[in-house]
This record gives sequence, structure tokens and C-alpha cells, in this order.
Amino acid sequence: MKNIKPRLKVQEQDPQARRNNFLEVALGYSLEEARQEALRCIDCKNPRCVQACPVRVKIPEFIKLLLEDALDEAFETIYDDNILPSICGRVCPQESQCEGACILGIKSEPVNIGALERFVGDYGMEKNLAEKPIEANNGIKVAVVGSGPAGLANAASLRKKGYDVTIFEALHDYGGVLKYGIPDFRLPKDIVTQEINNLEKLGVKFVKNAVIGKSITIDQLFEEGYQSIFLGSGAGLPSGLGIPGENLSGVYYANEFLTRVNLMKARAVPDSFTPMKLGDNIAVVGGGNVAMDAARTAKRLGAKNVFILYRRDRNSLPARLDEIHHAEEEGIEFRLLENPVELTGEDRIVKTVKVEEMKLGEPDSSGRRRPLPTGKYKTYPIDNIIISIGQKPNPILKENTMGLETQPWGGIITDDYQMTSIPGVFAGGDVVTGAATVILAMGAGKDAAHHMHEYLQNK
Amino acid sequence: MYKIIEKKVLNKDVDLMVVEAPLVARNAEPGHFVILRVDKDGERIPLTIAGIKGNKVDIIYQKMGYSTQLLGKKEAGDTIEDFVGPLGQKAHIRDKKHVIGVAGGVGSAPMLPQLKAYKEKGVKVSLILGARSKEYLILKDEYEAICDNIYLATDDGSEGTKGLVTDVLEPLLKEDDSIDHVIAIGPVIMMKFVTLMAKKYNRSIDVSLNPIMIDGTGMCGNCRVSIGGKTFFGCIDGPDFPGEEVDFDELMSRQSYYKDEEHSCYLRLKQ
Ligand SMILES: Cc1cc2nc3c(=O)[nH]c(=O)nc-3n(C[C@H](O)[C@H](O)[C@H](O)COP(=O)(O)OP(=O)(O)OC[C@H]3O[C@@H](n4cnc5c(N)ncnc54)[C@H](O)[C@@H]3O)c2cc1C
Ligand SMILES: Cc1cc2nc3c(=O)[nH]c(=O)nc-3n(C[C@H](O)[C@H](O)[C@H](O)COP(=O)(O)OP(=O)(O)OC[C@H]3O[C@@H](n4cnc5c(N)ncnc54)[C@H](O)[C@@H]3O)c2cc1C
Ligand code: SF4
Ligand code: SF4
Ligand code: FES
Repeated sequence: MKNIKPRLKVQEQDPQARRNNFLEVALGYSLEEARQEALRCIDCKNPRCVQACPVRVKIPEFIKLLLEDALDEAFETIYDDNILPSICGRVCPQESQCEGACILGIKSEPVNIGALERFVGDYGMEKNLAEKPIEANNGIKVAVVGSGPAGLANAASLRKKGYDVTIFEALHDYGGVLKYGIPDFRLPKDIVTQEINNLEKLGVKFVKNAVIGKSITIDQLFEEGYQSIFLGSGAGLPSGLGIPGENLSGVYYANEFLTRVNLMKARAVPDSFTPMKLGDNIAVVGGGNVAMDAARTAKRLGAKNVFILYRRDRNSLPARLDEIHHAEEEGIEFRLLENPVELTGEDRIVKTVKVEEMKLGEPDSSGRRRPLPTGKYKTYPIDNIIISIGQKPNPILKENTMGLETQPWGGIITDDYQMTSIPGVFAGGDVVTGAATVILAMGAGKDAAHHMHEYLQNK
Repeated sequence: MYKIIEKKVLNKDVDLMVVEAPLVARNAEPGHFVILRVDKDGERIPLTIAGIKGNKVDIIYQKMGYSTQLLGKKEAGDTIEDFVGPLGQKAHIRDKKHVIGVAGGVGSAPMLPQLKAYKEKGVKVSLILGARSKEYLILKDEYEAICDNIYLATDDGSEGTKGLVTDVLEPLLKEDDSIDHVIAIGPVIMMKFVTLMAKKYNRSIDVSLNPIMIDGTGMCGNCRVSIGGKTFFGCIDGPDFPGEEVDFDELMSRQSYYKDEEHSCYLRLKQ
């Protein structure tokens, strides 16, 4: 291999400044920088990066087009496999997907595929390249439940095949976790809004304030003439720790905290009427993206001391690497190998968290070393604690849909063609896999569209 | 956008609104609630579905703070930004012979569809309606139509018994063995004491909890309540729960956590 230049760093907002604002942290490449980074790709014959991307974005191909100044074509190349490049370029866990497999990573650092995808995605967005003319409507109605990445991708694919697609969303805004969960400093909301506008222009119909299972049941959708239904309702139900004191006031689940701030714009008080109450000392439990988002959001809302409690070690943190670095730069403290065991309060408002120190044992089923209790405890004073240890599908669809089979933990069971136990009803994304990633949900939505198409043609 | 078809002022603090909302009306049952946002910057607030006619839904709200005051400024012909439902579990309509409802203040709104459902099942239905004073006793006429007995209580004695609903309930539970079930809906403190009394006299009791909610779909966890020592989500598991098992003190604490912030929103409205 010839001498490889080091990976070009993406410009970022200064850590001191960004602690006080919700503007995007990573500023992205300029055209010149993108070209420079693109030059590093050696255009592999059998690109490992493509194999490691869940939707197989043709990475060397779009990079080559970028170098040839054929930006429109570069965009089309990505868009062919991934309808949300501006979003995935920003939030994919690239280090464990495309970039993790990049051949350059063996001796040097991988190509910054995420930043390049983001650059091309943003270019396409600015030039409205994703805005496609409305396809002729074949009059066959299909319903999509949920407007997260799974639902959006499913709807887009079906619409392009000519179907009359309607998305039903329970909340008052579209985008799922992209809107209510992931904060602006990682994913500006206008990007999500624009993607949704593009789908609207493609002729996808949107109905908000519609909880499927309650407002309209699956049976009623069929009665209304929908020929097939896609369930992309996500994994929104937060898991608790199951420790004493968890229902004290001041104890938040990350979803409440992030929803207040993102969807309900609590940070903009006094311009918003949904308040957010946060003290100086904040513990955040968990080590994933949700925990990093909660911790960094708390800092931005003015909390003085924010610390993460995580029961495993640093190498096991499931969050994106970038987010861990950014959190550290912003002054978030990591208290590793510590597991909360009890919360105590005064006047029923949380005041302390007691943690047990952990040590690492043998690897468990996830391949990570199992945290073991040591019998040693510590107690920290806190004003709030934000629990971010995972989510599962909410029970609304299951409870209100006869014959819909689910796993014991709530995930919807599907066959090899993503069909559920109810003929004509398909599912994909977090509601099937449990909390996963944007790109996996998107891929599942897109694949399900193919299966639904086949099903409808053979019906 | 959801159109307000009709508005009726029930008293100085409480209005009834009829809202056109086909997706809510279609599958709604007693005990279900909606979440609405008055305008595009509004907070999401839960209100019980007080009645259903065709594709229209009745809500009855007390102008407590910012959002309900703002709602109160809307008139027939205006629209509400968001209105989603029916949410929650429908009320448990149990196999009982004589049910007594105990409604405090605006609690008489969510009580109405439940007692109606019992009445339609052929169950004997009594009601204790309590309020600060005479003008706050709402829906009396509607209840006249379905209840076998109605007892009134006001704090100031301006109508009915002067005193608390529990003052009226105690002798009834003591003397009338036919009463085999109690439903209490009203301020948490009232539900707590009615529950204690029902326990004392060995009657089963259902209460309707009103924790702070945001999405109403099981996503945020703000609405969690402790029932029999276990955590439940008010919005998807409730809002109705067996009173005996509810941790009312926890609920009161969780409800008041945002008191100061709510007050500052309210002050802005007054400016
Ligand atoms: C805070 C946070 C940060 C994250 N960060 C990352 C990241 O950096 N990178 C990454 O790849 N992934 C990340 N994830 C995970 C990623 O967002 C999810 O895996 C992805 O959004 C799942 O998509 P989905 O379409 O399956 O579900 P969701 O995005 O959850 O969307 C489901 C939608 O369905 C709606 N719905 C639910 N039930 C009903 C019903 N009965 N009727 C109608 N509508 C309904 C919901 O309101 C919601 O809008 C993060 C998640 C969170 C919470
Ligand atoms: C399932 C359910 C059904 C309800 N049904 C009715 C009804 O039929 N009629 C009625 O008048 N009221 C009902 N309520 C209560 C109603 O939601 C609150 O009075 C309303 O949200 C107050 O908002 P506000 O901004 O006007 O007052 P605020 O000043 O914000 O708050 C006043 C009090 O209302 C409570 N509250 C505030 N925000 C919320 C929220 N988002 N969710 C729940 N409670 C909140 C708090 O305990 C607070 O102390 C119900 C509540 C629940 C949970
Ligand atoms: S979609 Fe995600 S995994 Fe695939 S190439 Fe883009 S950033 Fe990498
Ligand atoms: S593996 Fe790396 S170097 Fe090879 S094509 Fe992919 S991005 Fe380029
Ligand atoms: S209101 Fe959010 S989970 Fe119940």
C-alpha cells in the first residue's frame, strides 16, 4: 500500500462554546476538504466497507464521482440505497459499520465515509435532488404505522413503486426518534423536516395524531381498503432499573428528558410552555447513544456536574465513538464500573444515588466481559438522575391487535419475508429488533417494501 | 386541526367543549382520554373523554393553569391544533350490584361515562358529588338521568351537606350493605381518603389517576405510578387502577414537581 495521508479531521464547534448551545457540533467538510479526504480511498476491487454497510451504499463509487466533480451523480448513487444520507452520515455508528471495515483502518485510519456521505447528502438537499416528481398512483392503498426511519423508508420505496401510501403517526410531529430523541447538536431538526417534506412531495400522505390500535385498529385499516400494512412503530417504551427510589420526583427516563427538550422544545422556555426542571448535579445511567445525548443535553441546559454511571468498562460503551469523545470534551465525567443500586430522597425528591463498584468477569453472550458485583458501595449527591438503559416496543399494537404474535419482551415476530403472524401485515425496525440503529431501521423498511410489493402482486 | 363545534360554560372555572375528532370518537369507550395541544407551541395535556356523539367528542376542563386557560379562550368555530386518542385502558366495568361514584370538582366529568356504563348494565348507581360551593357542582342534570341516588356536598354548605365527600360516604357505607363497589375520581387527596374509607368498610374501589403526561403512548415514562409496589405507566396501563394498591403520596409528589414552572407559565398568561 502506498503512503496513506492521515484522515482529515472534521471541523468542530469549540467545546467551550458549544456547551452552551444546541448548534451542531460537527461542522462537516467543505468541498475542498471532502475532495482531500476522498483522495484517500484506494477504490478497492472488493470493497469491505460496502459489505459492512447495512444497506450496501456503493461507497467507492460515490467517492469516485465526488472526485470527478459529478456531485449530482454521487448523490444519486448514495440515494439509490439510502434515502437519508444527510441523517446517516451524521448518526450511523460508522466505526462498527462501513468505516470499521475500511481497509485503510488496518494500517492507518479508515476513510471518513460518514463525513463524505454527509457532505454529499447535504449537497443533494441544498439542490433539492431528493425531491422526486410524484409517481403515478396505482390506486392500491397501503398503510405505514410510525414515521421513524423504518416507516419513512418503507413509505418512500412503496410510493416509488406506485402505491398509494399513507403514514400514520401517533405524535403531533413526524420523524420518530429522529425528532423526539436525537438532539439538534447532533442532528439539526430542519434536516429531518426537509426529508419528510421530500416524501410529501413524492406523494406520500401523512396523518398525525393517529395511534394505530387505538384511533384505528389494524382490522379497521383493512376494512378501509388498505391492502397491506407496515408496522414501524419503534421501541419507545423505556426500561427501568428496578431499584428502590426509582419513582422519586426528579428521576427521569431519558425519553422524558429528551422529549421535553427536543419535541416539546423545553429548552426554549420562556418561548415554550413545556418546562424542564434540572439541578446542578446530574447522574446519567447507561453507556449508549441515548445516555450520551442525555448527558450532553443536561450540560447544555446549564447543569454544572454531569456524570455517566456505567456498569462495564470504557471499551464496552456502546455509544458512537464520536459521541463519547464529544461528551468528554464537553466536561461529562465517566464513572465506569459503577452500578446504581438505590436512590434516596428528601420530601420525595431524589437526593442521592448509591452505586456498587463492579469488576469484570468472563465474557457474556454479547461478547463483552460481564460486570460482577464487588460488595463495595459509594454514594453521590444528585439533583436529578436520567435513566437511559434501553427501550422496548410499547404494548399498544400487541394489546389491540388479535393474533399479532410477539416475543416475550414485546418485539413483533416476523418470518423471512418480514411478514408478521397476520397475513398482509409486515414489520421492521426497532419494533422487530429492539432498540438498534437508524440505518438498520431504514434498511428494514426498505426491504419490507420489496416483500410487500411481491405479496401484493401475488395476492 | 380540530374544530370546536360547541362550547358551554359550566361555571366560572369549568367549560364543556364539543370537538370534531373522528379518529378519537370512532373507538372511544368510557375511561379513555385524549391528549391535546391548544396551539402549535402548546404543551400536551390529557383530558378525559366525557361523551361521544357521532364523530364528535366532549371534553370538560377546569381552567387550572396555562394550557387549560388558553383552551378556555377558544370559542365555537375556532380550532385546536392537536387532539389525539382514545388513549389509555377503558374503565373496568366490573360485575357489581350497586356502585357508588364519588366525584370531586371536575372529577364529575370523567365519572359520567363510567356510571352511564354501569347503569346500562343494569347496575344500581349512586353518586356523591362534592365541590367547593354550589356553583361548582357540575353535570347535576346529566346525573339525575342515570343515578338512583344523588348526594351533594359543598365545603361552604351552599348546597347539600356542608363538608367533605367522605363525610357523606361514611354513613352510606356503614348502613347500606347493598353498595359493593366505590369509584372515586377527583383531586388525589380526595381519592386517597375515599380509598382509606372504602378499605375500612371492606368495599372494592377504583380510582382514576392523573399523573403528568407528555406523549400518552408509553414512550416517556413521566406518568409512572406505583401500584401494589410495582411501576405502571398511567397512560397505557391506566388511568384507572384499583385504589387499594395505589401509592397516592408518591403521585402527589410527582404531580407537584413542576409546580413552580407551571406557575411561571401561568403568570405569563396574566401579563
Ligand atoms: C436518544 C437516542 C439517540 C440515538 N442515537 C442514534 C445514533 O446516533 N445512531 C443510530 O444509528 N441510532 C441511534 N438511535 C437509535 C435509532 O434512533 C433507532 O434505532 C431508530 O430511530 C429506529 O427507527 P424506527 O423507525 O424503527 O422507530 P422510531 O424512530 O422509534 O419511530 C417509531 C415511530 O412510530 C410511532 N408509533 C409508535 N406506536 C405507534 C402506533 N401505535 N401508531 C402510530 N404511530 C406509532 C412513534 O411515535 C414513532 O414516531 C438513537 C435512539 C435514541 C432514543
Ligand atoms: C388521564 C387524565 C385525565 C384527565 N382528565 C381531566 C378532565 O377531564 N378535566 C380536567 O379538567 N382535567 C383533567 N385532567 C387534568 C389535566 O390534564 C390538567 O389539569 C391540565 O394538564 C393542567 O394544565 P394547565 O397548564 O392548565 O395547568 P398547570 O398550571 O400546568 O398545572 C396544574 C396541575 O395540573 C397537572 N398537570 C400539568 N400538566 C399536566 C400534564 N401534561 N399532564 C397531566 N397533568 C398535568 C399538575 O398536577 C399541575 O399541578 C386529567 C389528567 C389525566 C392524566
Ligand atoms: S449508511 Fe451508514 S454504514 Fe452505510 S455507508 Fe453510510 S454511514 Fe456508512
Ligand atoms: S474499504 Fe476504504 S479504501 Fe476501500 S473502497 Fe471502501 S472506503 Fe475506499
Ligand atoms: S405519558 Fe409518556 S409514557 Fe405515559
